[in-house]
Amino acid sequence: MLEESFQEQIDAERKIEPKDWMPDDYRKHLIRQMSQHAHSEVIGMQPEGNWITRAPSLRAKMILLAKVQDEAGHGLYLYSATETLGISREELVQQLHEEKAKYSSIFNYPTLSWADMGAIGWLVDGAAIVNQVSLQRTSYGPYSRAMVKICKEESFHQRQGYEIMAEMAKGTAEQKEMAQDALNRFWWPSIMMFGPQDSDSPRTGNAMKWKIKRQTNDELRQSFIDKTVGQAEVIGLTIPDPDLKWNEDRGHYDFGEMNWEEFWSVVNGNGPCNKQRLAHHKKAHDDGEWVRNAAKEYARKQELLLN
Amino acid sequence: MAENETVWEVFIQSKNGLAHKHVGNVHAADKVMALENARELYTRRNEGSCIWVVKASEIVSSETEDSEAFFDPSNDKMYRHPTFYNMPEGSKHI
Repeated sequence: MLEESFQEQIDAERKIEPKDWMPDDYRKHLIRQMSQHAHSEVIGMQPEGNWITRAPSLRAKMILLAKVQDEAGHGLYLYSATETLGISREELVQQLHEEKAKYSSIFNYPTLSWADMGAIGWLVDGAAIVNQVSLQRTSYGPYSRAMVKICKEESFHQRQGYEIMAEMAKGTAEQKEMAQDALNRFWWPSIMMFGPQDSDSPRTGNAMKWKIKRQTNDELRQSFIDKTVGQAEVIGLTIPDPDLKWNEDRGHYDFGEMNWEEFWSVVNGNGPCNKQRLAHHKKAHDDGEWVRNAAKEYARKQELLLN
Repeated sequence: MAENETVWEVFIQSKNGLAHKHVGNVHAADKVMALENARELYTRRNEGSCIWVVKASEIVSSETEDSEAFFDPSNDKMYRHPTFYNMPEGSKHI
């Protein structure tokens, strides 16, 4: 009965708000997906933070700082939205630390050269934008509003990355090689950011029925590839996929097999940087504890002075 | 587990003369920190000329499930809308 009227709301494209009735599984799915999204924004600061002190110019350094700060902000928008589902931020962080909640696998790859800042902005943020533009139409109101805000800020991220790649691609032979190497390493993990193929994605059914997701993993991946191929051509870099070919009949690019074994191995904690990323987050959280305590104590004393 | 932080709802006036609009919330220990956090989180691109922060626990909200009954008193007062009235043929500027 409740479930029926819930589905009617969804079918009529009305947003679900925090105080509305919702099936338990809808709430659980959202908490899982949104917290994973929030953790990804926050953990995503680490690979880029790695290059702030070594940015090649003051301009590049200021831009990277602003971008990393934006990622923190996106994490906070998403934590706020997730909290409306009745889970506290402290619990969400604890789930991350206990490895009960995940974050995007892409951030478990190391950033070995400055060109990786280009590849991350262009490809990783580019893939995130395709996903987030689609999620602006998600059925849960607070998630949808967070996506609208994030999408507004995200396009600068992709442009700054593409600019770095373009500059390096037209630089010295060594610089061009660095750019191509970054593309080679980040291409496949980027297109796997959209998740398993639809045929292997058990949760897609409910997520589509409830309009949490508006497009499937495969549809989003195809849309990203179609957009990106031309961009690589413009700057003279080669996408590392010999099977990549325009398919006139489908009106899309065909592409090669993804290495799902590697994908699952990284998801399950065996990527090059999984341990480092989590350990760094825990350390930052623990090291900041005295600051949080001091702030609370100061607030308590101010309260006492007033009363 | 650590004690939960206080949640503050954030309202921003985008420019002089406009109303403050709800944009989201921040966690903070006190009001000064709440204002500073709100500035960092919601106005990184000149989105505001003034910020209000209000403890979320101090906000009183009507209940969505009661909204029909709650807003019922205004349903039968069509005479509050200008379209309710018959204007004489040919009358202008009214």
